[in-house]
Amino acid sequence: MSKKYYPAAVKQPIKQLQMIDITKQFPGVLANDHVNLEVRAGEILALLGENGAGKSTLMKQLYGLYQPDSGRILINGKECHFSSPTDVIHAGIGMIHQHFMLVSNLTVRENVALGLKSSRQPFLDLNIVEKKMMEICDTYNLKLNPRAYIWQLSVGEQQRVEIVKTLYRGADLLILDEPTAVLTPQEVDEFFQILRKMAQEKHLIIFISHKLHEVLAISDRVTILRDGRSVGQRENKNLTKAELAQMMVGRPVVLQYERAAPSVGDVKLKIEDVWVRNDWGEDQVKGVSLEIRSGEILGLAGVSGNGQRELAEALAGLRKCSKGRIIIDSIEMTKASPYERILAGQSYIPEERNKEGIIREFDIMENFILEDHDKIPYSKHWILNFSNIAAATQKAVDDFSVKTPTLSTKVKNLSGGNVQKLILARELNRNPKILIAAQPTRGVDIGATEYIHRRLLKQRSEGTATLLISEDLDEIRALSDRIAVIFEGRIIGIVDGPTATAEKLGLMMAGVQEEEQK
Amino acid sequence: MNNLFSAATIFGIIGMAIRLAMPYLYAGLGELFNQTAGCFNLGVEGIMMMGAFSAFYVVYQTGNLFLGIAAAAVIGLFMGLIMSLISVTFKAAQGISGIGLTMFGVGLSSLLFKTLLQGTVQSVAGFAPLKIPVLGDIPFIGETFFQNNLMVYLAYCLIPVCSVVLYKTTLGLKIRSVGQNPQAADTLGVSVIKIRYLCVCIGGVLAGIAGATFSIANINMFQEKMTNGTGYIAVALVYFSGWKPKGVLFGALLFSFVNALQLRMQVLGINIPSDVAMMLPYILTIITLVFVQGRDAPAALSVPYERSEN
Ligand SMILES: Nc1ncnc2c1ncn2[C@@H]1O[C@H](COP(=O)(O)OP(=O)(O)O)[C@@H](O)[C@H]1O
Ligand SMILES: [Mg+2]
Repeated sequence: MSKKYYPAAVKQPIKQLQMIDITKQFPGVLANDHVNLEVRAGEILALLGENGAGKSTLMKQLYGLYQPDSGRILINGKECHFSSPTDVIHAGIGMIHQHFMLVSNLTVRENVALGLKSSRQPFLDLNIVEKKMMEICDTYNLKLNPRAYIWQLSVGEQQRVEIVKTLYRGADLLILDEPTAVLTPQEVDEFFQILRKMAQEKHLIIFISHKLHEVLAISDRVTILRDGRSVGQRENKNLTKAELAQMMVGRPVVLQYERAAPSVGDVKLKIEDVWVRNDWGEDQVKGVSLEIRSGEILGLAGVSGNGQRELAEALAGLRKCSKGRIIIDSIEMTKASPYERILAGQSYIPEERNKEGIIREFDIMENFILEDHDKIPYSKHWILNFSNIAAATQKAVDDFSVKTPTLSTKVKNLSGGNVQKLILARELNRNPKILIAAQPTRGVDIGATEYIHRRLLKQRSEGTATLLISEDLDEIRALSDRIAVIFEGRIIGIVDGPTATAEKLGLMMAGVQEEEQK
Repeated sequence: MNNLFSAATIFGIIGMAIRLAMPYLYAGLGELFNQTAGCFNLGVEGIMMMGAFSAFYVVYQTGNLFLGIAAAAVIGLFMGLIMSLISVTFKAAQGISGIGLTMFGVGLSSLLFKTLLQGTVQSVAGFAPLKIPVLGDIPFIGETFFQNNLMVYLAYCLIPVCSVVLYKTTLGLKIRSVGQNPQAADTLGVSVIKIRYLCVCIGGVLAGIAGATFSIANINMFQEKMTNGTGYIAVALVYFSGWKPKGVLFGALLFSFVNALQLRMQVLGINIPSDVAMMLPYILTIITLVFVQGRDAPAALSVPYERSEN
């Protein structure tokens, strides 16, 4: 079985990689503090750590994108210095980044060929590339159309392109940075099979994750990072979730919550036969009716793409309803602007936090006052009051334990979990009557997730009516008083939260009505 | 005689359009390289003026047309280097630095004109029409298409050359990826900086040549500000083209055709106010720009590349 396709790859296969005492300082953050790590051929190493623990930074140093301040990288026992991705690719290392590195208006095979010498220099040899690429796809059971454009592909397919790209370059060592964050559960299963196949072919795999069950399911060994330090190396034998969680967070983590019985009040948000179109003008939400009362959490479960996003945007006032009514506190607000809804006491945690929830180039204070900057105490007579803003932001940052070097740090330099905590801090700071939370913990580590869940429950006991939209069944079941399941734009059924089983919900998410299930 | 629809007039207009399109093609294709790699160069106009002057001056002194073109290309290369230094290495805002470069080029060319040529308008023997054997003898068609000067033919040959470079070579793939997703290109070992320098310099060379066509391959004299906004139109043409060489050709021809039509109507004394007539091509550009907006735009257009972004 040959696995070298990179024309210039006349090199020793990698048998062992060691990173020793790696230290990397960013302004205000010690991202890696004497970190050690080792992988061997045929092995899957999980690199586990919360958001901001320094996992990506560590791997970017291995990939030559950042230079370590100190420390050594050894391949097969020999010290290596990488100054650019080209060196690294030649050494047989490939990386699949957390955000895919694909050029969306090029085809799959063009993306594979990018940056490589062609056999017909200076002209491209896309047909030859395609042929070799398909050999790799056959070996690893990757289904791909080499001539499709990247923008036509699903996220799972795009990830396969990334894998083919690295294998095509003859990578022995694959670094996968949070590869499952964007996949559906079925796609994760397929993906794990590909990883196992690669390990069988004597690749070395570094799998980065903060999801405990995935780490337990796929890895041979686990290295745990916390606050930039490696706090543990474990064989994946008799490991438990609780043990891993404790090492990762630095304290025992509650994976189950105690909830008081709900004390529900009036209907705060009423959705009547709402229809919403998607970006292409097709009906995506087809007559949804829901009522949410103060003091309750209504979970909206469903596989992504069944209308959740469009419904959330319609509720936030970002998308028009083509039919139906939205009633907030018995006042019709179907056509109200986002600002009017904010004034009416509704808060919204958007699904795309980096695009909609915050302004990446603004600092923490500016993001914190986005919605209320024109009100006392943040401003008076159009003049911003910076000491009040700083004080309020500091309190929120402390309350919600947002990890940041300073209040004037740009939000783009925060990790995902901390961004989400900041958004939550802003939205809950107004003590909303209604909260629309879309995927509030997607891509967020367990420490922060636990925290966010507690805040949502606290808000519930203070009388907020919450619509929790999530694809994470565990989250929905842990928090919801009632669970509505959405399928192809319709509510297929509403069940009692505490007693709903995963199987029952899973079937409903696949479109099987409650009555049809025996 | 006074008939807009006679064959002679129509072919006359087409012929004029073909010649008028020449500077748009050079400058537009140059800007296409710039923008495909993600760089937005508003300095084209200034580079063109410097190209026009240097070509004229060299031809005036030596009488050698090819030295003139070479001088314009070298000056264009040099100004392209300045632009890349500012916008790629120092990551300055590209729109502003481009406007700066234009003001610099326009001003310096006027200054040089006044000091080296005492500001007097003189003419040189520029590129003469080159009649292509046989084809050039076909009535109407020959005169329209096959009796142009060398620089006109070259401009049209450049279209397929650019298409091949951008879409059939490994270099072209790198250029396109750098303009769309520089991070991705970087992780695959493509040097974003080198590719951008290269494209901005190619753009500079072509803009310099575009300028030279005014002073030594069209009216064969030099005047201050003689390019008269052509550089800006070339930038607009790239948007109009949907970032494709063929689109640049189509846009340049359409624009020049309307321009030629307007000129001919003035000559024929057709009664529309000449100011309105002169606005026509520009109005057309604005209207088309509204409709083609961002169709296939390089996603990283005018965004300086920084590796540490995560
Ligand atoms: N380019 C950068 N500049 C400044 N700080 C950074 C940069 N990249 C990451 N950081 C900081 O370094 C820490 C580690 O980040 P990262 O490696 O991305 O964590 P992880 O991948 O484990 O979530 C975080 O506190 C983050 O804010
Ligand atoms: Mg990361």
